[in-house]
Amino acid sequence: MPVLSILIFLPVAAAIVVVCIDRRKTDALYGVGLAGTLAVLALSAVVFFRFDPNQAALQFVQRTAWIPSAGVSYYVGVDGISLPLMMLTTVIMPLALLSAWGSIADRVKEFVLSMLVLETALLGTFLSADLVLFYVFWEAVLIPMYFIIGLWGGPRRSYAAIKFILYTMAGSALMLVAIITLYLHSGAQPGERTFDLIRLGRLPVAMPLQAWLFGAFALAFAIKVPVWPLHTWLPDAHVEAPTAGSVVLAAVLLKMGTYGFLRFLLPLFPQAALQFAPLLSVLAIVGILYGGIVSWAQPDVKRLVAMSSVSHLGLVTLGAFALTVPAVQGSLLQMVNHGISTGGLFLIVGVLYDRTHSRQLDDYGGVAALMPRLAPIALIVVLSSLALPGTNGFVGEFLILLGTFQTNPAYAALASSGVILSAVYLLWMYQRVMQGPVAVKERARMTDLTRREQWLFIPLIALIFWIGVYPSPLLRRSEASVRALVEQVTSHQSPVTSYRP
Amino acid sequence: MALVLIVVLPLAGWLVNGMAGGRLPRPLVSVIGCGTVAASFVASAMAARHLAVPSDALTATLFTWIAAGDFTVSAGLLMDRLSALMALVVTGVGFLIHVYSIGYMADDSAYSRYFAYLNLFVGSMLLLVLGGNLLVLFVGWELVGLCSYLLIGFWFDRERAANAGRKAFVVNRIGDAGFLLGILLLATTTGTLQFDRLADAAGAMAPGLLTATTLLLFMGATGKSAQLPLYVWLPDAMEGPTPVSALIHAATMVTAGVYMIARLHPLFLRADFTLSVVAAVGAATAFFAATIALVEWDLKRVLAYSTISQLGYMFLAMGVLAMPAGVFHLTMHAFFKALLFLAAGSVMHATHGVVDMRRLGGLAGPLRWTALGFAIGALALAGIPPFAGFFSKDLILEHAYAAAQHGGSVALWLAGLLTAYVTAVYITRAAVLTFFAPAGQRDHPHEAPASMGGPMAILALLSFGGGWVGAHAAGAPLLRVLDRFFAIEPAAETLPGAPLTAISVAVGVFGIITGLLLYRRRREVTLGALGAFLARQWYVEALYDAAVVTPAKRLARFAADVVETRGIDGAVNGIAGLVGQAGVAMRRVQTGYVRNYAAAILAGTILILSYWLLRGP
Repeated sequence: MPVLSILIFLPVAAAIVVVCIDRRKTDALYGVGLAGTLAVLALSAVVFFRFDPNQAALQFVQRTAWIPSAGVSYYVGVDGISLPLMMLTTVIMPLALLSAWGSIADRVKEFVLSMLVLETALLGTFLSADLVLFYVFWEAVLIPMYFIIGLWGGPRRSYAAIKFILYTMAGSALMLVAIITLYLHSGAQPGERTFDLIRLGRLPVAMPLQAWLFGAFALAFAIKVPVWPLHTWLPDAHVEAPTAGSVVLAAVLLKMGTYGFLRFLLPLFPQAALQFAPLLSVLAIVGILYGGIVSWAQPDVKRLVAMSSVSHLGLVTLGAFALTVPAVQGSLLQMVNHGISTGGLFLIVGVLYDRTHSRQLDDYGGVAALMPRLAPIALIVVLSSLALPGTNGFVGEFLILLGTFQTNPAYAALASSGVILSAVYLLWMYQRVMQGPVAVKERARMTDLTRREQWLFIPLIALIFWIGVYPSPLLRRSEASVRALVEQVTSHQSPVTSYRP
Repeated sequence: MALVLIVVLPLAGWLVNGMAGGRLPRPLVSVIGCGTVAASFVASAMAARHLAVPSDALTATLFTWIAAGDFTVSAGLLMDRLSALMALVVTGVGFLIHVYSIGYMADDSAYSRYFAYLNLFVGSMLLLVLGGNLLVLFVGWELVGLCSYLLIGFWFDRERAANAGRKAFVVNRIGDAGFLLGILLLATTTGTLQFDRLADAAGAMAPGLLTATTLLLFMGATGKSAQLPLYVWLPDAMEGPTPVSALIHAATMVTAGVYMIARLHPLFLRADFTLSVVAAVGAATAFFAATIALVEWDLKRVLAYSTISQLGYMFLAMGVLAMPAGVFHLTMHAFFKALLFLAAGSVMHATHGVVDMRRLGGLAGPLRWTALGFAIGALALAGIPPFAGFFSKDLILEHAYAAAQHGGSVALWLAGLLTAYVTAVYITRAAVLTFFAPAGQRDHPHEAPASMGGPMAILALLSFGGGWVGAHAAGAPLLRVLDRFFAIEPAAETLPGAPLTAISVAVGVFGIITGLLLYRRRREVTLGALGAFLARQWYVEALYDAAVVTPAKRLARFAADVVETRGIDGAVNGIAGLVGQAGVAMRRVQTGYVRNYAAAILAGTILILSYWLLRGP
């Protein structure tokens, strides 16, 4: 059974059903959308549990020629690196849809359609093993996301949507050039050439060219992450996007960049990766510190959370380029963790925004007294985001720092000051919103969480504690693939550079 | 399995009271809150009976917690004599304070939330002391920090309480960043974080790395145990309910740094430089905090500075290799400082929350039993025989003196002795001003209910007679247990003994007399410029504000308003603007007139041809 293909295209199938429904029946539209994403989640859970942790290579592979003359194939598969991101996508999408149910009431049909198409594009991005197929899905993500920001966003939505799409397209245009160059390089005759990721990974590319190709791919991914200083599209996009858009953007879309580091950048260009790892690590550290400091000074709570993503994804990037097994595994786990915690933070901001229509910290205060069910949930999500031991964030952060420390203690020391900063700005935010005397103007509107809203958070909190206490199911499944990747890259290393105390 | 039960019981109480406590009747909330801790105490005592031989240890490995690459760490517990003692102190004193809280918090609307947090704290603290490896200890370490944050900010609608909680968390995080790096260094160099493999691992470490590792770990201890330079959060932590101050900020959590050094003694014993730093920081903090307690007007803050000071003694003990003495003092301090705090809580309960000693006084009459309890705690703190604190503090001073004779600095001992004098003065001042000085106007204060009196009585007994477990005259059972645990030769023979004991007792008595003479008639004793200097906490907080907090805020503002918006995003929008302008410029070329295009093509052709011609063959 081509389970991955069903997984990828099931949301589109649900979208076709949505098209047939009367646009005034908003509950039916949301219901079908939610059912579709939940079915995808169930199917991905099956894949997760039937996944063989001991195998490093792609599993559940499906491959058919697509454009044989050009060496393009429809080639999908899942390994320990894509599995966590597949799961993250399928967990977050139903929550994002659920968050919109009750908050987005106009053009519901188009909204649900956009979300479903977005899920297909995201799953395709994470599961493709052919560069053309990957590129198609990668670019396809932009279209529904552009509409989600541009149609259901805030007052400056068109500025934000255009900035988002131009910025990311600028990066991916160069990546397309690099993909084609790589293809041309893969064989002397047209018939020998390929876009197959695995075969391209075994292809030696001479150094100056490899560095250029690396640069093109890295730029596309770095914009998506975003790596400092390419991040300024992100706060604007987040602030203007509706809650569901922010959740998907932060939780899943940004991971396309960090996933790209691991999936394409490292295996395709190992020597260049080794050469440029220090540069990217330094940028990552700057991002960790800069993102944290700037977050602290934000009066807008959504912008605060957006800037915290710059900081957190700096850590993920640092882990990816530390090129040790614990760091890369931690990086992968932290992608999932960031999706859970920052997704949760945006959901909380959304819940508050639905009541007050304000994102300014100054308009809040003492909410814990008015919304006693939200307060502990918000606290747990905040603690997960600041990586308190016992929550998911700690496991990922610890592994990244450990793996980074093994190759470069100074990087790890600098990055760990991010630990302090995250406490500074997150607890500041929590206090300004939740604690102190009640400062919200319209108390009557601050009703506590509805049943629907509670269900937004229950799965996230279960995941926070599950991964925090017992991360083995995730770590075990990613280990073999990550080990193979790290070995492949570091085999190109000259023997003296590794630090050993 | 018994070990797991010790930790899980209070956590179960937390879950029940936290999830459903609001709907349960209050007596049931109290029973769950206190009962789980009592059960945990019993389980600890029963488990501890299996530790007949010093090297005995109970272990439980639950599951592999984190495994990645070559790194593996399990969720495991370990109980040996050190952790058994700590577990008994935590659950024992913890239980008494839980019971006390029934009365103290009776009128609070968030009663079940309070007990849920308190149970979470006990469970986390037990995880800290019973963790089988450094990372599990670190989990407990951070979780008790969380509970501290939650309980300091328990009345979160007060801005001051919320600020104090956040300050505690952030300052601790600074120390924890160092702690975490120490853990990373240890894991990277030795490949293990298991306590039972630490001795071998330490032997294999290069001295420089060992020094670095232990210094980083000690940085964590200065945060959690409120030592210089990271002590600043503890005085503010007094915003929390007073039983919390007794349990977390006096008896248990703040001693975690001392426990951590004791637990990692195989590392610290081999790191001479670190030990000298530990001793110096401890002695300096002991003296520094005691001088501030001398001029503080807030009764709880006096006790907070006193705690900081007493923790300094414990670190001094650790630094001069008197680890059993340090742990002994930790235990005695848990008794008498919890007693002092509970007595202060009783005063607040009677006066509806007054802690300013200028507004207190004359309470010895109406609060007879509380006054007696406070007096016993004060005498124990001042080191007067035969109260508990005398034996442990004297032992530390003797060790400090002995260390000076074996090539150490005599300044450590002198600082300890001077601090003992200041301690006796400030606690006498606090006792006199609160209980004996002429009172101002007030309504009729009433003695606390039995739920509060009972725990105070038990702690008073322990503060009165508990010290004999470490008295050499009585065979010092506790010290013998600990001496062997730390694999240190029993030091009684090499200690100076009687003459030194006489000096430290004399200093304590002299301090009490000083205090009585100075404050007997409630005179406003101004110490002049020195007093002002002390009242500003030696300008340490002011220095931190000027050197760290304010510049950090300015930097954040600058980064957000200038670098981000005008710098980076300005550049992005600038590039976009340039492209736009280029588009405008280029549009002029697109005139739509064929003659213009033809002219351009002609010009281009001529240019290319001339290039080829001029380039030559």
